[in-house]
Amino acid sequence: MKHNFLTIAIIGTMATALLVSCTKDLNRQPPNTVTASQAFSTDTGALQALAQVYSSFALTSPTGPGNTDLVGIDAGTSDFVRLLWDASELSTDEAVCAWNDPGVPDFHNMAWTSGNVILQGLYTRIMYQVTVANAFIKNAKAVQKNFSGQGATDIGYYIAEARFIRALDYWEMLDLYGTSPFVTETSPVGVGSFLPPQASSATLYAYVQSELLSLDSASAMVPAHQNAYGRADQACVWALLARLYLNSGTYLGASSADYTDAITYSSKVINAGYSLHKVYHQLFMADNNTNNPEIIFPIVYNGVSTQTYGGTTFIINGAIGGSMSPTAFGVPGGGWSGNRVTSSLANLFPDLTGTVDQRAKFYTSGQNETISSISTFTDGLAVTKWSNLNSDSTTPAGASTFCNTNFPLFRLAEQYLIYAEAVLRGGSGGSQSQAIAYIDSLRSRAAPGNTSYQPSSITLQDILNERGRELYWECFRRTDLIRYGLFTSQSYVWPWKGGIPSGTGVASYLNLFPLPSSDLSANSNLVQNPGYN
Amino acid sequence: MLVRTGVFCLLVLLWMPAFTQNHQISGKVTDSTGAPITGASIFLEGSAKGTTTDAFGVFRLTVSPQDKMMVISAVGYGSRRISVSSGIINIFLSPVNANLNEVVVIGYGTQLKKDLTGSIASVGVKDFQKGAITSADQLIAGKVAGVSVTSNGGQPGSSSTIRIRGISSLNSNNDPLYVLDGMELPASTNNNINTYAGISSPLDFINPDDIENVTVLRDAAASAIYGSRASAGVIIITTKKGRGGKPVFNVNSSLTVGTIGKYLPVLNATQFSNYVKGQAAANPADTTYSDMLGASNTNWQKEIYQTAITTNDNFSVSGAMKDLPYRLSVGYHDEQGILKTDYLQRGTVGLHLTPHLLDNHLKIEFNFNGTYTQSRFANTNAVGAAASFDPTQSPFEKGSPFGGYFEWVNHSTGDLIALAGRNPLALLEQYNSTGKAAVGISNLHLDYELPWVPGLHAIADLGADVSTGFGTTVVPPDAAQQYNNSSDETTSVVHGLNQKYKTNNTYVNAIYELNYVKDIKSIKSNINVIGLTEYSNTLTTLYNYPSFGSNGDTLSGTAPVFPTSPADYTLISYVGRLIYTYDQKYILTASIRDDGTSRFGPSYRWGTFPAVAVAWRIREEQFLNNVNWLSDLKVRASYGVTGNQDGLQDYEYVPSYSLSQNTSLYPFGNTYYNTYAPASFDANFRWEQTTSANLGLDFGLFDNRITGSVDVYEKSISRLFNQVPIPVGTNFTNELTINIGTMTDKGAEFNINATAIRSRNFSWDLNFNVAYNENKITKLTNGSEGSNFYGDAVGAISGGTGNTIQIQTVGYAANSFFVLQQVYGKNGAPLEGVYVDRNRDGQITSPPSSPDAYHDHSPFAPVIMGFSSTFNYLKWSLTLVARANIGNFMYNNVKADLGVTEYILNPLNYLSNAGTDIYKSHFYAPQYYSDYYVENASFVRLDNIGLAYNVGKIGGINNLRLSANCQNVFVITKYTGQDPEVYGGIDNNLYPRPRNFTIGASLGF
Repeated sequence: MKHNFLTIAIIGTMATALLVSCTKDLNRQPPNTVTASQAFSTDTGALQALAQVYSSFALTSPTGPGNTDLVGIDAGTSDFVRLLWDASELSTDEAVCAWNDPGVPDFHNMAWTSGNVILQGLYTRIMYQVTVANAFIKNAKAVQKNFSGQGATDIGYYIAEARFIRALDYWEMLDLYGTSPFVTETSPVGVGSFLPPQASSATLYAYVQSELLSLDSASAMVPAHQNAYGRADQACVWALLARLYLNSGTYLGASSADYTDAITYSSKVINAGYSLHKVYHQLFMADNNTNNPEIIFPIVYNGVSTQTYGGTTFIINGAIGGSMSPTAFGVPGGGWSGNRVTSSLANLFPDLTGTVDQRAKFYTSGQNETISSISTFTDGLAVTKWSNLNSDSTTPAGASTFCNTNFPLFRLAEQYLIYAEAVLRGGSGGSQSQAIAYIDSLRSRAAPGNTSYQPSSITLQDILNERGRELYWECFRRTDLIRYGLFTSQSYVWPWKGGIPSGTGVASYLNLFPLPSSDLSANSNLVQNPGYN
Repeated sequence: MLVRTGVFCLLVLLWMPAFTQNHQISGKVTDSTGAPITGASIFLEGSAKGTTTDAFGVFRLTVSPQDKMMVISAVGYGSRRISVSSGIINIFLSPVNANLNEVVVIGYGTQLKKDLTGSIASVGVKDFQKGAITSADQLIAGKVAGVSVTSNGGQPGSSSTIRIRGISSLNSNNDPLYVLDGMELPASTNNNINTYAGISSPLDFINPDDIENVTVLRDAAASAIYGSRASAGVIIITTKKGRGGKPVFNVNSSLTVGTIGKYLPVLNATQFSNYVKGQAAANPADTTYSDMLGASNTNWQKEIYQTAITTNDNFSVSGAMKDLPYRLSVGYHDEQGILKTDYLQRGTVGLHLTPHLLDNHLKIEFNFNGTYTQSRFANTNAVGAAASFDPTQSPFEKGSPFGGYFEWVNHSTGDLIALAGRNPLALLEQYNSTGKAAVGISNLHLDYELPWVPGLHAIADLGADVSTGFGTTVVPPDAAQQYNNSSDETTSVVHGLNQKYKTNNTYVNAIYELNYVKDIKSIKSNINVIGLTEYSNTLTTLYNYPSFGSNGDTLSGTAPVFPTSPADYTLISYVGRLIYTYDQKYILTASIRDDGTSRFGPSYRWGTFPAVAVAWRIREEQFLNNVNWLSDLKVRASYGVTGNQDGLQDYEYVPSYSLSQNTSLYPFGNTYYNTYAPASFDANFRWEQTTSANLGLDFGLFDNRITGSVDVYEKSISRLFNQVPIPVGTNFTNELTINIGTMTDKGAEFNINATAIRSRNFSWDLNFNVAYNENKITKLTNGSEGSNFYGDAVGAISGGTGNTIQIQTVGYAANSFFVLQQVYGKNGAPLEGVYVDRNRDGQITSPPSSPDAYHDHSPFAPVIMGFSSTFNYLKWSLTLVARANIGNFMYNNVKADLGVTEYILNPLNYLSNAGTDIYKSHFYAPQYYSDYYVENASFVRLDNIGLAYNVGKIGGINNLRLSANCQNVFVITKYTGQDPEVYGGIDNNLYPRPRNFTIGASLGF
């Protein structure tokens, strides 16, 4: 009896000790992390969370340039600008790329499918930012009441900026895909049964418009020019509205086009105190964050602290090859031999050397103007528009491959061109003479003192050509060609359009990109764009 | 003589009439070689009558008509039961099958081999692979059916990839669970951090010379007792223990010389120069590339490889100090790699104490294994660089700013070409990466048989495994490989590199167990029950350091946000098992394990893993009594459930925010902020589950001169982790690894051991094993994939950015190649860029999302075979081990990269060498997705051939044995690359496996 008792005692003690002391060890918290409520408990914490909303544009991940937030795509290629650049430049007369990376050749062949990894990446990158913005808005709203005074004002601005970024994202979805899965801060997050509904072009348009108008009317944003560099202000809201209205015919059908509002909002931006940067090419140099009165909203990069293999690092390195010296562009460790222009874009300029129009930033030595092989870098003119040198020709601190040059997502010149085009397209509230004056100012910057380069009259085609000269390699071309009905049609072809050297028209369904098959497989609410399967 | 014969005949005649009454029988008992067995006993069943054999094995016995059966037995031999017959009987007794009475280690205990119910294979010292063996996994290569051991190249200390019965996971761990002397070891990674920095596998810290036995648990019935960590099978390692008695000393030493077996076929300087000039001839005006040619003739592969010397010395002493049996061993291993600069030095110490106290009621086993390694890791990029570097360039160039080495520079600017190939020799000699690692692993096993309850044992196992690994990588400032780094502190680039790393790991494991064994004779039953609880915790701490340039500047963005990244993971388990044996013929094993893990959220934290198995020892049945040729026959059937959580992330279910790293800041104004980034998460995250069934047959024939087993199995893996697209907008990523897919493995294994010759001077033992495994993915997503969903692209290749060559698709084997079908011209050469347009839309779309691509073969061999032979003649013994894989395919990435003109005349303005395949393909641009590069990599490899001479007692030495050995003797294959054996099927500059020649001596005194 005594022995049995002893046995039970031993076993009992052992088992109890283990159960009591150790099952709590199953609740482990990840190290070096905090919960949402901890992160948002201070003004600085909330600002750091807001920084993540912005940096989702610039970077591929919060854990360095070799990692990515997205899956199914090479980490270095998964940032917003690189993906957008591929989709909106390689598909046009502005660029071809030598690389055979997955999805890249589809663009100049105009043969993309719903499996194209770059289009999938672009779609998921934009929606990733929407998800981060949603989480930010939700968490910030939850803690808003805990703040008072300046803190409360700050949080209010943060939330407005996140809403602006989200509207910008949905505008990108509208422009690129024409449709989008639709989630807001009230949508559930996590793996579960929730499938986001699909928003049509009309719904997206209405949503973007109403969000922007509401931010504007409530003066929710920091006033124009007042915010810290890198953060959005009220002028950004106007600039995006102007862009939205200019393209409204594309999104809603020609009969619903609204050029008057395009004039209204581009005028607001133009009158907000911005001015053209004196020297065109300095807009695209490593120190374009300083003394730059033209940039309304940049994506900020830094070769040391804000590193990505995409963004301007991609644009600058990808453009250097052949006999070009990477050092001469501020990237001594770089030079990736990828992108050149087609002759169609180059021939928009009066000459290739930039003697007449300084915006013709081409590298011709050893480069053939005609592209006989897309995979040969020396076929096609190289572009020197972008550089990682400072405007005084010095190399920025720490430069090797990663670049400091910021990408202007909105700049004043575009607003001039929006104004002019909206006037020509019949919008009211502006004048032809003012339109010509704005074009003049772009021309006179490009060709200082050359009065013969000033137009006395302009046509819609002139505006398109001017946009080509002013905005090439800044991710505008696809949208512009679609607005002019030239993206897919046979009436305008460029070398290698549709995958053949002389160029050819392609089916018009290609005006919209396909929803990625990966999301179609995951979300049964989604319906593919016509023409794709 | 005549008289005696006459008398005998008379006696026989006289006894004839008495046949129906009592009569005498006589006979001779011998062993299978015909040698007489002395002292064998012969009993008549059902009576007390019996006798024993004499010195000549002869017996005589008087029997009556009612005596029907007699039983013949002898110590060391199996008994026989035969019917009584008249006349002179010759009886063979077979030696007791050492195999059958062998004690086999199973989960949390041991069992006699004859009683096993699961599919378990055990390899002991005498069957281990010989030669320059650095790691326990290599000991069993080719020895166990269904277990494939693929070394991960020839670098010193590199581990092997072990797969038991194919793969059981697509996205998480496929490595078996290792159990050392009863203690489960941590997995090789914890939360993506290498558990042992500087040591590639948990096996590498055990000196192979200290290993007594390696046991493989293949089916779920055997492994399910390890629950949620056992899906990929279990490997149990038992170290040598002291056997008591006088101290026995053992010393063995070996010297190994390793050489590269085969160079990659690339163009030599003349061929290369002719090729470049030939290309230039098309456009004589353009001398860009022909001007780059050098005047030297360099075989870069010869430049980077060396003859590697390895020494291995072990000393052990075992015996008993009073009542304390001990074994102490020390070992020192010094290995050079065949890649210049590469070496590993490893010292090991093992201490094993096995005292029995309190009248043998308390059995204690203490094990300690300690390892200290010191390595220099060569820059293995040199392997690929040597194949592709221009052979007309000399390794050195006068006035070169890059340490005197030739490097490619832009001739117009003098800048180093950023993406050009680097001088292979400089890659090695200007790279100094050294690491040290120390591991101490010990466990204490206490087994107390409670005196007041016979058969009841209280057992405690307390184990700890503490390790640290650290090192530095230094590249001098003039090295091209780290020439243009950026730093936070200067405006110009920073040269060189100086960085360090460190990981600490602490693992504890505690088991409290009750074991009750009872033989209940009255109902012919034996029961063996265990119940236990177990706690284990792995805390892996990665230290984060900044990297520096040679001038001491911090390289930009490398300053860590947090000084350490710890990962902590706990597992708590409850286990019960019953082994029930009835009449020594029918055996039932049933076990259940409950695992709770910190890796999953509260609702999915606990899981139950049951298993049941039965065995029927048919040979013991009456009806087989007279089937003399059949020495053993047993059938087994089992069913069980196991899980997989090793290789998974530690905190996947927790929503959290973390600060971005210092390369991922975002500025507002002039202030850079570490951003607070939300992490993706899955609250429903849980383990993969494998359900498996096994049917097995063990047999022995002709006195067990032939033994073997056949197993057929089916594994069905559910809740398979698959990285699937999740609805965009619902998480902080677009794809998550969630429990969604299913996969099956079906297969069969056959193993046979035969003693072809067994005589006084000769013996010849053979083993052959073959396994077939068929893997198929049966579900990957929630089933709503559209017609454009081809599967999950995997298998990243080198070349381009983000190209993948394999795919996971339902209905196909895992990692099947997904490629375009090459079209060939009349001359048999592939036509560049011409592929079969499978969907006939007039264009070819590149994989992975391509209607033109097709599923080619799988990289995993459906058939693997092993063959061993041991031939003994007097004191000589000759052993060989061969292995074969049949039906495995390989993507020849080296060839795909090296075989194109565009890379030879590189657009980045340098020259790059090509494989000789360029003469066959004539490709201008890379054709990564062509099935031209998917090659049949079936092979037969003679792993090992060894000759040993057992000198025996000589002078003061009790035992001296000399041996010579060759490893990796030859490979027969159609594969055109360096080596057909690359785990995963993508051959991308594997560190070549050396051919090793070893001589060794072993002495005992």
